[in-house]
Amino acid sequence: MDVLYFAWVRERIGIPREKVETSAATVADLVAELRTREERYEVAFSDLSALRVAVDQELTDFDASLDGAREVAFFPPMTGG
Amino acid sequence: MIIRVQSEPFDLGAETNAFADAQNGMGAVVTFTGIVRDLPGEGLDRMEIEHYPGMTEKALEKIAQQASERWDLGDVLIIHRYGNLKADDRIMMVATSSRHRVHAFEAAEFLMDYLKSRAPFWKKEFTASGAEWVAAKDADEAALDRW
Repeated sequence: MDVLYFAWVRERIGIPREKVETSAATVADLVAELRTREERYEVAFSDLSALRVAVDQELTDFDASLDGAREVAFFPPMTGG
Repeated sequence: MIIRVQSEPFDLGAETNAFADAQNGMGAVVTFTGIVRDLPGEGLDRMEIEHYPGMTEKALEKIAQQASERWDLGDVLIIHRYGNLKADDRIMMVATSSRHRVHAFEAAEFLMDYLKSRAPFWKKEFTASGAEWVAAKDADEAALDRW
């Protein structure tokens, strides 16, 4: 699946998007997998309360299922307007 | 329902006139425009707005749709810019039309409250001493409770 990062999450991880091979059942499981990869992921995902997630471009929460998901995005709280 | 996400500036007067001209039998048009604020002290060099292409348009359509279901509206316009902006540049605008002004005003406020914290935009402020992401305010999230 495609994993996208925006704003400071993108800067901390160092890339805007990547393909991830995963069998994670939920967003939280995917985060746990990513955190074990490298220090920069551990840093970016250290405080989930500071992060928001979208699955297939719909805002959701960390308990959300990844069944059939094609795109997961992580970003800080939005500042539109 | 007109939703535009663009990097280029927009002409507030022309957009407002075009929106108002397209209405039929509406007693009220309300517009709101968001403008880049300068920073106290050393000042703002520029603001960079990042967004999530694809999701941004969907989120804005959803917010406009919710407003249309809740209030008696003729139409809704949302224009939001991304990319590099300077102090006093116009970031975005919303326009609503209705047969009654209360509907147009309330819907415009609703659109703004939801745009602030549910549309995937992120602002970064650049000054002479560095750059910082604008943090979301608790008050912006709390503003959604009244709806």
